[in-house]
Amino acid sequence: MSLYKVTIDTIEIEVEPGTTILNAARRIGGKVVPPTMCFYSKLKGSGGKCRSCLVKVAQSSEKDPRPMPKLVASCSTPVQDGMVVENITSPEVVEARKAIVEFLLINHPLDCPVCDQAGECDLQNLTYEHGLSSQRYEEERITFERIDIGEKIQLHMNRCILCYRCVYVADQITGKRVHGVLYRGDHAEISTYVSNVIENDFSGNIIDVCPVGALTDKTFRFKSRVWFTKPMNAHRNCSKCAGEVVLWESGEDILRVTGRKDQYGELEHFICNECRFEKKKTSDWIIEGPRKIKHSSVISQNNYEYINPAENNDGNLGIT
Amino acid sequence: MGIKILTEFIDLPDLNRFEVYRKHGGYEAVEKVLKNDTPDHVLAEVKISNLRGRGGAGFPTGLKWSFIDKSTDKARYLICNADESEPGTFKDRYLMERNPHLLIEGMILASFALGVQQSFIYIRGELFYVLNILEKAISEAYAKGFLGKNILGSGFNLDLYCHPGAGAYICGEETALIESLEGKRGNPRMKPPFPAVSGLYGCPTVVNNVETLASVPWIVKNGGEAYSKIGIGRSTGTKLISACGHLKRPGVYEIELGLPVEEFIYGEEYCQGIRNGNKLKAVVAGGSSVPILPANLILKTAKGEPRLMSYESLQEGGFETGTMLGSGGFIVMDETTCIVKNLWNFTRFYHHESCGQCSPCREGTGWMEKILHRIESGQGKMSDIDLLADVAKNIEGNTICPLGDASAWPVRSTVRHFRTEFEKHLIEKRCPYIK
Repeated sequence: MSLYKVTIDTIEIEVEPGTTILNAARRIGGKVVPPTMCFYSKLKGSGGKCRSCLVKVAQSSEKDPRPMPKLVASCSTPVQDGMVVENITSPEVVEARKAIVEFLLINHPLDCPVCDQAGECDLQNLTYEHGLSSQRYEEERITFERIDIGEKIQLHMNRCILCYRCVYVADQITGKRVHGVLYRGDHAEISTYVSNVIENDFSGNIIDVCPVGALTDKTFRFKSRVWFTKPMNAHRNCSKCAGEVVLWESGEDILRVTGRKDQYGELEHFICNECRFEKKKTSDWIIEGPRKIKHSSVISQNNYEYINPAENNDGNLGIT
Repeated sequence: MGIKILTEFIDLPDLNRFEVYRKHGGYEAVEKVLKNDTPDHVLAEVKISNLRGRGGAGFPTGLKWSFIDKSTDKARYLICNADESEPGTFKDRYLMERNPHLLIEGMILASFALGVQQSFIYIRGELFYVLNILEKAISEAYAKGFLGKNILGSGFNLDLYCHPGAGAYICGEETALIESLEGKRGNPRMKPPFPAVSGLYGCPTVVNNVETLASVPWIVKNGGEAYSKIGIGRSTGTKLISACGHLKRPGVYEIELGLPVEEFIYGEEYCQGIRNGNKLKAVVAGGSSVPILPANLILKTAKGEPRLMSYESLQEGGFETGTMLGSGGFIVMDETTCIVKNLWNFTRFYHHESCGQCSPCREGTGWMEKILHRIESGQGKMSDIDLLADVAKNIEGNTICPLGDASAWPVRSTVRHFRTEFEKHLIEKRCPYIK
């Protein structure tokens, strides 16, 4: 099959038909990659919801009848041959992204100082890179009660940006469809069916896919700020999952266990609940060494990997 | 009165009964087509007629039909969008309630043209009594051999089902409707793929409005050519207008496209002017989501030409000084109306009906409603007007489905045309229309 030629921010690349604009941009890498809050390459059907990956299609192919230029969600729009896409080179996109950040924040509690996710929060990073420094919203925020999803996970709906990632995890990884969205509009909430428990070996992954602090690990809650912990790559022989994890240590203690995230904040492997919640002793694991952290991340304190300032601020989560 | 295509016999008692409908030329088009016509010929007639989608967007129906993917051996589906819930629009309900067989006949013809063997009417959940009327009519049509296997001995099979929604405005958006029909949460899908390629159960699907499908029997019977001669320019045929608000005679009218707006509002045959001899203040011409226009701009375009009831004329001037024909929900407001309160009411609706899937609409509609509530109740400040317009601008065009645009257009147009009303609220710190 012949390849499609696409131009993103003046950089040309050839990709297979059916590739989304986002994936084409990720192929190029660096600053032309749009940020994502809801898209997750390992979850089928995800994306299109947060609108933070909006890009401008300045010109589509001759075959495409849709009127251009237009802003589209790059994560769910396939490329056309000869498509010209503008991301950070388009003032319109920069403006729209600012607006999206503002929308995502108006009902977000901004309780970062007491939120476990702070330091590794996609929304924090997005706001820092694209957002405004002040806010115009002065109305009362919508609030929800905190809900325990089983013994190990807490849902703090106030912080949720309804990215639906956890819904797709529950749907696609855990097999039983017991987790979904109730209600509509800004009152929509993540919920679990009948009992509040997801009894499944892989349910803990909803914590890792959550871009904000809505789903947190109760075994780690309020124990430490993430930037005070040391991330270490480790693995064990697990019968249920790949067993490749990151241990977040403080001194000799393992405070929490998470999956390994790639440069776009997506898990390399989904891990099982046993690895995540039960194995909190160093003797459970074969330690590989420190996890490399990028300079731009707050987690990199005392652990600088790159000194080159040009590496900064490249729109990635900061964990490699 | 002009020509009547949809409502000629609508006032007959018992028109919803098969025999009465049949006596007045009902199902003749089906007979004619199934005996000696090909599907392509029906499609060609609809194309020639220039019939445009009556649900709001005005997309040419023949073109929509021709997009359907015929290369696969998957089943094809036709869905009638009867989820009419736009504030100010009540034409489809009227048509289905009075003349259900017309819709059924239109669906048989459309299904034949598209090679569809299973069709659905997705009806708004609140219209439960209309569902009963439709189901009764469908069972009559089955009994008389116009639905089911081997219709009129032609070898063409069609099953028609009614499915009531659960009362969500968003399910009137075609992909949300399809999701809902599949039994899922009514969230709009990402496009592409469009329903013509991958719609209901992943199969090629056409979604048409009730009025669009109800126009098909006439086109088949009288020819697309004849239909294209009715109306004006590219706005062919007739349109049902549901007129409401401060009119002497509100109601559903079938008009020939191209009728001057002034005649529609003041004409003896139509709405007969404004109640109590009041002055016209503003009109929302096509259901709550289209831009509102003040009296001077609805009667005449910015160029000073008389404004006509047609797709093109109402759009004249773009969104700066024009509006849209939309779904035909014609909401008229006289001088006693508080435009800010009206806008608050509209925005409250969109806030309530936003599905919450994408962030600009989910958060933005609620934000706009809260700002408007504040202004209306005298708590606002001057900067709120620009903030409101800015929030609307940030929603527009950035959402998955058109509900975001639909919530933004009324806000932006009201701020554009009625800024002084907002200012009055803010200066007086109260609504000047509350005595």
